[in-house]
Formats: sequence, structure tokens, C-alpha cells
Amino acid sequence: MEFAIEALISFFLVVAGVFGLVGSFGMIKLTDTLQRLHAPTKATTLGVGGVLIASMLYFLLIKGGLSFHELMITLFLFLTAPITANFIAKTFIQGNLRARDLPDSQGAYGWSVYDDPPKRTDDNED
Amino acid sequence: MFKRLFPHPLLSIVLALVWLALVNKVTTGNVVLGAILGVVVPMLTGPYWPRRAKMSNPLRVIEYVLVVLWDIVVANVQVAMIIMFKRNENIRSHWITVPLELTSPEAITVLAGTITMTPGTVSTMLAADGGSILVHCLHTDDPEEVRDTIKSRYEWRLKEIFQ
Repeated sequence: MEFAIEALISFFLVVAGVFGLVGSFGMIKLTDTLQRLHAPTKATTLGVGGVLIASMLYFLLIKGGLSFHELMITLFLFLTAPITANFIAKTFIQGNLRARDLPDSQGAYGWSVYDDPPKRTDDNED
Repeated sequence: MFKRLFPHPLLSIVLALVWLALVNKVTTGNVVLGAILGVVVPMLTGPYWPRRAKMSNPLRVIEYVLVVLWDIVVANVQVAMIIMFKRNENIRSHWITVPLELTSPEAITVLAGTITMTPGTVSTMLAADGGSILVHCLHTDDPEEVRDTIKSRYEWRLKEIFQ
């Protein structure tokens, strides 16, 4: 039983390590900035996720206590990673791309980096 | 009165639970402290978040989370394959415009976060009026299909939850 538990935990650790490695390798291999942005969003999901699952299993099955810290780490990562990626992407677009490089927004207004938002009239509505 | 005390009831509950999870021990003192945080923080931040997000179908949140988690695992493997086994010149990245039917800022935020967390796509920008979202896709042969998947798999579910 002990062995099976340890094998399971090791499995998650190895999977996490592999995905973390592939994510970092992607940073070197891909050339375009926006393509490289895809690599870190991956390392944070399965790479970190695997370590956290392994950690939860370890505390649950071997130490015999439920640990919620891992869930919190996952939660905070899922909240912050997309925002970081979005900032990087927007900064890149601002500095390197013109409106004509991007597809049309298919709406009345263009993309927010180039166009002003419509005037808000409902700010005080509740 | 209730609205003054709890401008965002769900936020209050989440804050209290997060506090308990952070201290990792359920004792009376921690529950009280969590409850105090749950009341004080939404009250202090209330003015910055004037409208309450409507959630008509809170149970579907669980379904949504499970779908997204599964997609994250599948998409991770796909993107790992692309990175490992595709030569750079064969990777065809695309910009994809996804017109949005969602209108509430909270729903759009969740959708943008979901798009970024499911690897292979990163949401980069909104249209100035929030009417569409610009997605960068690492590799696809069929941009329209990616757009339709985002709309049918995520946006449709979020519409059910938030509207």
C-alpha cells in the first residue's frame, strides 16, 4: 500500500516535471514573442498543478491531514497568470503591431489599444 | 441594510473560506476572523465594484470548472506535442476574432481567463466596446473551428451562469 501511494505521488511529480521542462523548452525554441507567451501559461497549469496534486496526496495519504494551501496556490495562479499574460500581450501589441496587422474586430469599435471606448452613460445606475 | 452590509454576499463567503484555507486550521477564532474579513473587505471595496454580478445558475459553476480543468489537461498535452515535435516553420499561429455575446464584465473576465489558461490560445485584447475578444492561437489549421469551440464550449456555458 505504502509503495502504491509513493508511486502515485511520484507519477504526479514526474508528469509535472516533464510539463515544466517542455514549457521552458518552448520559451527557447519558439521565436515569436506571442508564441512564446504560450509556454509559461502551460508551465503554470499542468506543471505546477501536478506538483500541487502530489503535495495534496502526500499530506492526505501519508501525513494523514487535509491541506488546503495547494488549492489556494492553484486558485491564485489561475487568477494571476491570465492577467500577466494579457499585460505582456498588450504591451507587445502596443509597441510592435499596428491596427492593420490584426484582424478586424467585427464590431462597431476597433481594438482597445487603438480605439477609445464608447462614452459611458450608465455609470451611476445601480 | 443587508445590501449595505453585504454588497457582494458571494465574495464574503469566498473571503471567509479562503482565510480558513490559508491558515489551514478550523478553530473558532479563525472562523470569527474569517467572518470579520468577509464583512469588512467587501464593505471597503464596495465603491469600486458598484454593480453586483448576477448569477442565475450557481450550480453550473461546478460543471464549468470541471470542463475547463479537463480541457486544460487535454490542451496541455496537445501544446506539448506541438512544441516538441513540430518544426518552427510548420507552426501556423493565427489571430482569431471572437465576437462576444456576453455583456457583463465579470463574465468576459472569466472567459478571457479561461481562454488563456487552456493552452494553445491566449486572449490578448478586447474591442473598445467589449464586443469582441482578440485571441492568439499557437497552432491551428482551422481558425474558424477554434472560434466556434470557444463560443460553444465556454461562452455558452458562461451565458447560462451569468444571465
